[in-house]
Amino acid sequence: MRALAAVAASLAFAASAQEPSRPQPLLPGSTFQSPEARQMQLDDFANPGMLWVERGQALWSEARGASNKSCASCHGDAAQTMRTAAAHHPRYYASAGKVLDLEGRINECVTKNQGAPALAWESQDLLALTTYVARQAKGEHIEVAIDGPLREAYEQGRRIYFERQGQLNLACTNCHDRSWGKTLFAERISQGHPGDWPAYRIEWQALGSLQRRLRACYFGVRAELPAFGSQDLLALEVYLAARARGLELAPPGVRK
Amino acid sequence: MKRRDFLTRSGLAATTVVLPVLAQQPPPQRFQPVQDIAPLLAQLTGGATPQQGGIEVQLPAIAENGNSVPMRIKVDHVMAPDDYVAAIHIVAERNPRPLVASFHLHPASGRAEVSTRVRLAGTQKVTVLAELSGKRFLMTQADVLVTAAACLDESM
Amino acid sequence: MILGRIQVPPNVRKGEPFEVRILVQHPMETGYRRDLNGQAIPLHIVDRLVCRVGGVEVFSAELGSGIAANPYMAFYAMADASGEVEVEWKDNRGETGRVSAKFSVA
Repeated sequence: MRALAAVAASLAFAASAQEPSRPQPLLPGSTFQSPEARQMQLDDFANPGMLWVERGQALWSEARGASNKSCASCHGDAAQTMRTAAAHHPRYYASAGKVLDLEGRINECVTKNQGAPALAWESQDLLALTTYVARQAKGEHIEVAIDGPLREAYEQGRRIYFERQGQLNLACTNCHDRSWGKTLFAERISQGHPGDWPAYRIEWQALGSLQRRLRACYFGVRAELPAFGSQDLLALEVYLAARARGLELAPPGVRK
Repeated sequence: MKRRDFLTRSGLAATTVVLPVLAQQPPPQRFQPVQDIAPLLAQLTGGATPQQGGIEVQLPAIAENGNSVPMRIKVDHVMAPDDYVAAIHIVAERNPRPLVASFHLHPASGRAEVSTRVRLAGTQKVTVLAELSGKRFLMTQADVLVTAAACLDESM
Repeated sequence: MILGRIQVPPNVRKGEPFEVRILVQHPMETGYRRDLNGQAIPLHIVDRLVCRVGGVEVFSAELGSGIAANPYMAFYAMADASGEVEVEWKDNRGETGRVSAKFSVA
């Protein structure tokens, strides 16, 4: 009897180890910002990220590439058609045969459907379009299905998340699960959620993508930075989205 | 032989090593120093002595990042056609260019209240100078503690 | 064309000050930063901004590199009749930008 209980317990443990680390309670990154940064994010007019949203809105209606079509030609009013898009990315696309985040999906459209060269990572145009699309899902809750084709990316992301890296030999979990809410120098450590991204980072004096922020974390532990659009960063995005399941989106965020 | 004995015997303990003086650039300033802003203030007032007070300045006591610090200035003075706040100057004593901004108002502004976001190159006193019509001046200061980022992000 | 946005209350009271809010997209490069090759990035800032109501100047600003990137400004204006608030700005390279918003006087 005891042996059976022990086996059952170890199986249960193994099963729970598969679950993403979920901080309790689940708190958005804005919780850990200064009152000034939080206020800036809540101010729909003065949030600097809104400048990129406006630019994205203009780009949405601009014809591009050999097709001479704009995003609006197929997708109409983004407020309607993109209302939940950001909440469900990264996603597996059978048409592309791979997992794509929002930036990847936009470039898939730009290249395949509009017949234009891909927008470069961290280019003003890609940031603007991504932020504009993400903004339409403000208030939605993150829901990314990790069973099926997304499973492999999810497992890879989870491995990276728990792996110690860099000169400082730290894993994401050391700060964002063990130490969220605690101070590091003058900052409060967040839970590491993707919900308010792309975000305006005061440190950058500009808006940047989630991948840029993840690269900054790699820099923070003095690890080699994965390239923009790499499998590692995409896998991490998948894991973080699964881990933040149910979190309310509020892009563009304002961060220190 | 013990180390100390060896050093004393060989004269190394008492030796001062003289390095050749190299023609060098001055080291980069890691901490921006506080400057004397009195000449700048005198320039703005034309030599007149400002009266302390009469200006409400809202600045956070602690600014997490000096790149963007929100600031609200409210001058407690009427805005009448013949008696109004003509200008508001922001001076940051530790910034490499201490004169941050000058705002010019008119009676039609209606209220002598301005908000903006400033850059602060370190913990310092921020001075606000208000010029009233008739060349009178009001002045106030606010202290701001500016902390450094925990992880200075030099990546792209 | 330097992009920006303006916020003005759609309805204002005659002779009562109302807040005008401006946000301009600009790096406000200080001239002190260096790029990855060690080269100094040149000074590039919005240095002047003017606000007019009904064609009459009500507010202007001379800005330095001590104003944060993507400059934000809020100030007050007054009007006796319905009209338009116009804000224009220029940077040290001569690039300009302009926004405007209409309002009604009750």
